[in-house]
Amino acid sequence: MQDAEIVKEFLVESHESLDRLDQDLISLEKDPSNREVLASIFRAIHTIKGTSGFLGFNQLEAVTHVGENLLALLRDGLLTVTPAITTALLAMLDAVRQMLDSIEAKGNEGERQDQELIARLTALLKTEEGPKTDFTGGEQAQTVPNIGEILIGRGAANTSDVHEAVAQQNAGDPRHVGEILVEKGVVKPQDVVEALNLQQQARGQSASDSTIRVDVGQLDKLMNRVGELVLLRNQIVQYTNSTEDSELLGTSQRLNLLTTELQEGVMKTRMQPIGNIWSKFPRTVRDVAVGCGKQVRIEMEGKETELDKTIIEAIKDPLTHLVRNAVDHGIEPPEARRAAGKDPEGRLFLRAFHEGGQVNIEITDDGAGLDGERIRNKAIQKALVGADQAARMTEREITNLIFLPGFSTADKVTNVSGRGVGMDVVKTNIEKIGGTVDVQSRKGEGTTVRMKIPLTLAIIPALIVTTADDRYAIPQVSLLELVRLEGEQVRKGIELVNGAPVYRLRGRLLPLVYLKRELKVGNTAEAVEAQNVNIVVLRADDRQFGLVVDEINDTEEIVVKPLSKQLKSINAYAGATIMGDGKVALILDVLGLAQRASVISEVRDRAVAEKQERQALGAAAGGQSNAVLLFQYGESGRMAIDLGLVARLEEFPADSVEVAADQEVVQYRGQIMPLVRVSEALESKRQKAAAAANGSLHVVVYAEKGRSVGLVVDRILDIVEESFVMQPHTGRTGVMGSAVIQKRVTDILDVPGLLAQTQAMQLSARPESQ
Amino acid sequence: MANLQQFCTFFLQDQFFGVPVQQVQEVIRYQEMTRVPLVQASIRGLINLRGQIVMAIDLRRRFGLEDRPDSQLPMNVVVRTDDGAVSFLVDEIGDVLEMDEEKFERPPETLQGAARELVRGVYKLDERLMLVLDTERAVSGGDEPGHGGTRVN
Repeated sequence: MQDAEIVKEFLVESHESLDRLDQDLISLEKDPSNREVLASIFRAIHTIKGTSGFLGFNQLEAVTHVGENLLALLRDGLLTVTPAITTALLAMLDAVRQMLDSIEAKGNEGERQDQELIARLTALLKTEEGPKTDFTGGEQAQTVPNIGEILIGRGAANTSDVHEAVAQQNAGDPRHVGEILVEKGVVKPQDVVEALNLQQQARGQSASDSTIRVDVGQLDKLMNRVGELVLLRNQIVQYTNSTEDSELLGTSQRLNLLTTELQEGVMKTRMQPIGNIWSKFPRTVRDVAVGCGKQVRIEMEGKETELDKTIIEAIKDPLTHLVRNAVDHGIEPPEARRAAGKDPEGRLFLRAFHEGGQVNIEITDDGAGLDGERIRNKAIQKALVGADQAARMTEREITNLIFLPGFSTADKVTNVSGRGVGMDVVKTNIEKIGGTVDVQSRKGEGTTVRMKIPLTLAIIPALIVTTADDRYAIPQVSLLELVRLEGEQVRKGIELVNGAPVYRLRGRLLPLVYLKRELKVGNTAEAVEAQNVNIVVLRADDRQFGLVVDEINDTEEIVVKPLSKQLKSINAYAGATIMGDGKVALILDVLGLAQRASVISEVRDRAVAEKQERQALGAAAGGQSNAVLLFQYGESGRMAIDLGLVARLEEFPADSVEVAADQEVVQYRGQIMPLVRVSEALESKRQKAAAAANGSLHVVVYAEKGRSVGLVVDRILDIVEESFVMQPHTGRTGVMGSAVIQKRVTDILDVPGLLAQTQAMQLSARPESQ
Repeated sequence: MANLQQFCTFFLQDQFFGVPVQQVQEVIRYQEMTRVPLVQASIRGLINLRGQIVMAIDLRRRFGLEDRPDSQLPMNVVVRTDDGAVSFLVDEIGDVLEMDEEKFERPPETLQGAARELVRGVYKLDERLMLVLDTERAVSGGDEPGHGGTRVN
């Protein structure tokens, strides 16, 4: 008779320790003298063995028992770790894992043939002339109470029984004290399991009392409810904004804040560090490397980077595939590496970091790199591209051919990769969750696969636009900037290249796509001849294009709702959402739109070619080409700030400004962001900021080392890219110098200098120090 | 004992239709909707049904009938499908009727056009016929490519 609860608990805990064990074993192989790791492995196996014995899983016990004996020899220094031992122990972990899975699914370990594994482990035991004893008896360190003590302490067993059992064990009985007691029927198995858990806790191994396990389904439900709440909040905020009732306004503002906090809180509970998937990779890498006779070391950076659980799950397989690929194809065999003058041991480097509301994941190997010529030939041979088309492709496009379905350059098909399914599946899976993949490679030096992944899928920031009286949401991840052309600018700014409208954005041609025309709504001719043109500059697959819409409304957090199959197949919509007024709005699929409008194929090569061109131009002009944001401070002050320093541009209502520690602050993305009024900080004699009058603040968000500061300016003028020469100033704090930009003398803001004289930076540093 | 089944009934132009009640989630009056450009003409738009987004299919267009006059607002018959709830736009709602299996007959071979695909069979009532709508086909099948939904108001 087994208590289902105990078995469940046992399964959960054993799975957790198995995950850690894989890693521990790999690190043990690298550093065989690390006794701490050895002890931790030993304890974990010991616990699994002990518990499985009590629960009557005999096969599981038999396998872990030999494993434990082997580990005991290692721990006591009677054996040293060899690759053969590690492989055998890993095989044991696999067997344990299979049995646990079977127990979970069917309630028993299943039909198993583990004799060979047991024989293999036993053979390793005998290679050394050690005394063939069971070491489990003397395993406990002095600070840890033994099972007998715990059982007596809990009143589950009496002292004389325990003494008897210990005496029996000393007399040569190979079983545990707990086992002997259960066999005698003086102690219940459940008590022993509890005692074992207590013992684990005494060793500080079990999760601390401050955490609990929650069913993921529960969190999903909670997330859905919060999604609904966000919608409701949006509706109420919109409704109250049109009333004069100040009490109602206040209440709705509090509701607004609370909802945001709640939403963030719930999202956080679903966040998991990417290290959870990465922790399996050392094992994967080792297995593949051993399988193909390579030496590979894996390094990781940014393990703690967090992603939503659904995303973590979605990227697990693609990442695993890429890691296996890198070892199997990327990294060369030791001899080849030596011949090429490289370290015979290859290096696989995983890196994850946050950037602009997305997570970047990079997988870099220092292997042979991709052979562009071979890829080109293969692609032509497989008729994936035409010969003339391939000849015109840039190096980068060639490398990205490996993502085409049916592509594989591996000369021999291994069980790991080279079957022609793989990279295309990786790309599809990553794109399915709104991410992007890109490959860069240098022949002989290695390959980097770079992915950009959204943090979460359920609620995303989006720009709301209107076209032909309908609202559409554009996910902010694709958004680069907004451009508005008025009157004369429209006529001059938009030109035609053989009928295709383009706009010169800072000297570069930006293909324009009219949303009206693409969606076949409203009168397109009207859009072309409009007085004012709103261009949403978007990025799709590393290309840029301008989407012309009737009106640009606002940015909003939207809840993404899936569309039915029929609507999804149109390839223009990524989903739908419910707006503040309760109406439905479609979420545009930027990539799909770009494909529909053939932006992606048309502007091929352009991005790369332009970059080179620009660099050449910059060099010729003798100065570097700089992108700067121009803004106005005070009444007529004109200033520029390096665009690289600008994280975002925001607008806050004047009444959202609060004061903390004598410093103006606003709540921004769940943090407190200090504000610096540029005109005041520069001690401008000009009139005080005009912003207060119209009720909203224009803020340039400046981010440095994870902290943000809002620079309050009076007007955002433009973003320009020009090459200019700065004449340094020394007289004024906060001003680096001046330059002629757009034919006008413009001061250039020295942000660090400006902040140094305010207390803003100190304040923003504070929340981090907690 | 006779095999009885309940149907939710509605009218399209002058024809009388029925959908098994088990498939019907609810019947609601006309809702404002958001058009979906580029889809087939019978998909009139998306409705916000208490936070759930529901696709509205105009059965008049699906059957190739002429559009109802602007002054006449359709009703929504919301049915459950494998792909979520879908709303059928119909002219008018009738009673819930109990039908005897014995009165059922396959559709006549002479049935033409979209109806041939969409009508599962006919129940012979005393004074009229009730056509049984094949909801799955009404949802998944296509009709002529969209006019971009420009006529939605």
